[in-house]
Amino acid sequence: MANYLPEGLPSPAPMNDNLDVPYWEGTLAHKLVIQKCTSCNKHQWGPEWICNNCNSFDLEWAEVAQKGRIYSYERVWHPVHPALKDQGAYVVVLVELPGADNVRMVGNLLADPEADVPIGAEVEAVFEDHPGDELSYTLVQWKLV
Amino acid sequence: MSERSIRGKVAVAGVGETTYYKRGQSPDAEFLLGLKAIVAACDDAGISPKEIDGFCSFADDRNDPSRLSAALGIKEMNLSSMQWGGGGGGAAGVLQNGAAAIAAGYADVVVCYRALAQGQFGRYGQGPQVPYIQGERAFTSPYGLMSPAQMFAMKVVRFMHEHGIKQEALRALSMASYHHAQNNPRAVMNGKPLTEEKYDNSRWIVEPFHLFDCCMENDGAAAILLVSAERAKDIKQKPAYILGAAHGSGYRAAAPVHNSGDYPSSNFSTVAPHLYRQAQITPEDIDVAQIYENFTGGVLMTMIEHGLCKPEEANDFFQLDNLIAQGGKLPLNTSGGNLAECYMHGLGLQIEAIRQLRGQSTNQVKDAKIALAAAGPMVSPVSTIIYGTEDTL
Repeated sequence: MANYLPEGLPSPAPMNDNLDVPYWEGTLAHKLVIQKCTSCNKHQWGPEWICNNCNSFDLEWAEVAQKGRIYSYERVWHPVHPALKDQGAYVVVLVELPGADNVRMVGNLLADPEADVPIGAEVEAVFEDHPGDELSYTLVQWKLV
Repeated sequence: MSERSIRGKVAVAGVGETTYYKRGQSPDAEFLLGLKAIVAACDDAGISPKEIDGFCSFADDRNDPSRLSAALGIKEMNLSSMQWGGGGGGAAGVLQNGAAAIAAGYADVVVCYRALAQGQFGRYGQGPQVPYIQGERAFTSPYGLMSPAQMFAMKVVRFMHEHGIKQEALRALSMASYHHAQNNPRAVMNGKPLTEEKYDNSRWIVEPFHLFDCCMENDGAAAILLVSAERAKDIKQKPAYILGAAHGSGYRAAAPVHNSGDYPSSNFSTVAPHLYRQAQITPEDIDVAQIYENFTGGVLMTMIEHGLCKPEEANDFFQLDNLIAQGGKLPLNTSGGNLAECYMHGLGLQIEAIRQLRGQSTNQVKDAKIALAAAGPMVSPVSTIIYGTEDTL
């Protein structure tokens, strides 16, 4: 599968404090892994050191269903990075995960970038691998079910 | 919250602005721009710069109060305060902080200022050009979500979706700013009127924002001088009093990766009630509004969250005729605002609110007594001030 956006955008690297390492390890294995509180069982995203619901410090990383729902989107036209100079329009989606307390994740919608984007539509994750010499990573993209 | 209020205790004594330039075109260094605006605000008030004893800024301004004090020969500095938050969310909060310090007796003459020379220090509207990215941006930048317009567009898309608000509402907001700029010789877009056709044909930046929905990037500086209500009796200008001031944001407004509690929001829904309580007025009492346009969609949500329009009435309310100084129901951004006057991180909008109450606007609203000026929609914290004339005290 070709990547959705051209090479040359900044590559995501784990934080120096290691907070988000399990997420990036999960995506490399094509698993969707996010934080879950062992005390109140609530999921949260993005990663933080404390549960925003019950303030427990005991957070685990839990695999969640690779299914979501389009909560919002934007169609980008103006390139703000040299790597996107010849890209044309592309779509960023904000996807909520009903199986994980409706936390939201940002990705691209793998579809015709000029087609209507249906808010509320169901989507499933597609793992986009970016192998590299120094750093390999995998992006989570979305396609309509 | 308590019944304590800043109402009527602090007044604006003076306002100052440099010439406003397109981004990168200031012939002056950023620090010099700041000095010029501060001295201009003092001249406007008839107060010597040597009498300044407090400095407040916001948006991580680079021009340090200690250096300003030394440069100006300030006798004693009794306050140096920085409002947290990037972007222009602090353009009213900076005045709130200064006013609180005066009311508390910490300082007597406080200058609130912002200076920007992007030619000297780099631009806002570009993505990071680095090989690796960490932290929250690692979850957005690789998907091509990098610039301020891209960070906010999905909030506006969702808000418009939930309330059935049409693109024409955003167009009216943009046209109001451009309309007013044509009468304002300070405005960078003076002499460049905007028509419906020109708006509709302009390129998309990121839907739902056309080019004309986005603020400019400018060089310049602005400053506002605050004094106590007692001291205001002796100044050159007609004082504008602070009736209410509030800053903040709601439940987890800045939650990472677009997980804020109230996502389709300008972040004013918890802030505005504090403002009206302090000011002891209702939204219907507002004569003129200056609402920070980073992007028009933010203005839309800000006005609704301040109770100036109901969401279900938005398509009818947001029409150009309702928003202009010449007979509109609620004149908006009467200087041209961030879209068409200058993007001085919103401090220009505060100055325009003050100018309206003095009767000095180039788009004067007849008998304006109460003006609202809001800053920084969709960032956290956001801030607003309500100003009133002496009659409103």
